[in-house]
Amino acid sequence: MSYLHNIGVYFLMIAEMFRKPTKWSVMRTLIFKDINDLIIGSLGIIAFISFFVGGVITIQTALNIDNPLIPKYLVGFATRQSIILEFAPTFTSIIMAGKVGSFITSSIGTMRVTEQIDALEVMGINSLNYLVFPKTIALMLYPFAIAIGMFLGILGGMAACVFGGYSTLADYILGIQTDFDNFHVIYSFIKTFVFAFVLATIPSFHGYYMKGGALEVGKASTTAFVWTSVAIILINYILTDMMLG
Amino acid sequence: MIEVKNLHKSFGDAHILKGISTSFSKGKTNLIIGQSGSGKTVFLKCLLGLFDYEEGSISYDGKIFSKLTEDQKRNLRAEIGMVFQGSALFDSMTIAENVMFPLQMFTKMNKSEMEDRANFVLKRVNLHDAHKKMPSEASGGMQKRVAIARAIVNNPKYLFCDEPNSGLDPKTAIVIDNLIQEITDEYQITTVINSHDMNSVMEIGEKIVFLKDGHKAWEGSKETIFKTDNAVVTDFVYSSNLFKKVRKMYIEENS
Repeated sequence: MSYLHNIGVYFLMIAEMFRKPTKWSVMRTLIFKDINDLIIGSLGIIAFISFFVGGVITIQTALNIDNPLIPKYLVGFATRQSIILEFAPTFTSIIMAGKVGSFITSSIGTMRVTEQIDALEVMGINSLNYLVFPKTIALMLYPFAIAIGMFLGILGGMAACVFGGYSTLADYILGIQTDFDNFHVIYSFIKTFVFAFVLATIPSFHGYYMKGGALEVGKASTTAFVWTSVAIILINYILTDMMLG
Repeated sequence: MIEVKNLHKSFGDAHILKGISTSFSKGKTNLIIGQSGSGKTVFLKCLLGLFDYEEGSISYDGKIFSKLTEDQKRNLRAEIGMVFQGSALFDSMTIAENVMFPLQMFTKMNKSEMEDRANFVLKRVNLHDAHKKMPSEASGGMQKRVAIARAIVNNPKYLFCDEPNSGLDPKTAIVIDNLIQEITDEYQITTVINSHDMNSVMEIGEKIVFLKDGHKAWEGSKETIFKTDNAVVTDFVYSSNLFKKVRKMYIEENS
């Protein structure tokens, strides 16, 4: 029953987030600050992970192709498909649930513990709009970060392929151009938008409604990470079935 | 003036406030005292509209809070200043930004007007060179003064303070108490302070409401609290030998 109750409270929180908007001059500053904290601040880790995971996918694929009848360009093809369809949107989002999600939960949770949220409410400010809305808007730029991740993943695969001697540059480029379907990129970005919303709102929910002290802030961050990951995996399944199935 | 009539508040089966009625006058420092668990904080949060209540009414200068529309409640809250127990300063803002925050949210002042007003109130609370510091760089006493500055920056009609001198040394605590009383008198604010510090009671308690187990057990002033023979109050207020002696001296001097 408590799960159902929490799901209900989560949707009420989302509805409340759009009520009584904060003054635009203040909101604009908050959005830019959150873009800096959540998007710009994550680019480094997204770039690093994408580049090296792209490389690993390429090596694993190349090592598992030992049949001479399978063309070498398949390495580039498999890397492209893996990165665009799953790695960049889904697995990067799970990593971001750890980085961005725990940051959101702990920052809002600390504000709850130290009565800063009560201070906002006493002033007559809609604290959900003030705290959660700018994070949601900032994370709508998340697909740009994922696009960079896709590019660097494929680049990392190319570097591993060519410098590791698994295939030629020409084969790899042929592979990433073979049977390219624009819709796969659109599907990937639609998923990313939904994940961005989940990344902003589930950790905010766990931070905003937490009770207790500093220890509970840590616990709330962990719980937020678990539930954000679960939601991403489930939504990934549903969207994939709906759009590609 | 704030008037409270027959206020009841429960959490599940726990009946916390059991029919409290009282009033808090304009231009006076009104203290709510009582033991831990007596319902002081719940009472204060009901006054602030942070908690809903099952029965009773709270009116601000004749306006019954529960009957106000959301917009009216928001306008009323803009007239309320609050000093939280832990100061509740925004970590991500400097001290000056914390003080300017209510002005940014509720006024059409430009940046220089807001800075002038923030400078004025920071000077009023005797903070002259702390504008660019972050709250984490300020001492407990400084944080409390910043919280008071933030609470009064938008000329509130009502000021609420939750344990304003908890965690402070006795000297700083008196400075904070006196500052609150001066500001209350100067700006004719209705001030309500939640406290269990007996020094505050003796120093600034122009009206004192004593809560016990969710009931109003007694009300009076710092003068009448010395004379009362209400056992519930004397047990709590004069539990230390020091205050017993102070009371004895007061009665001897005034008899």
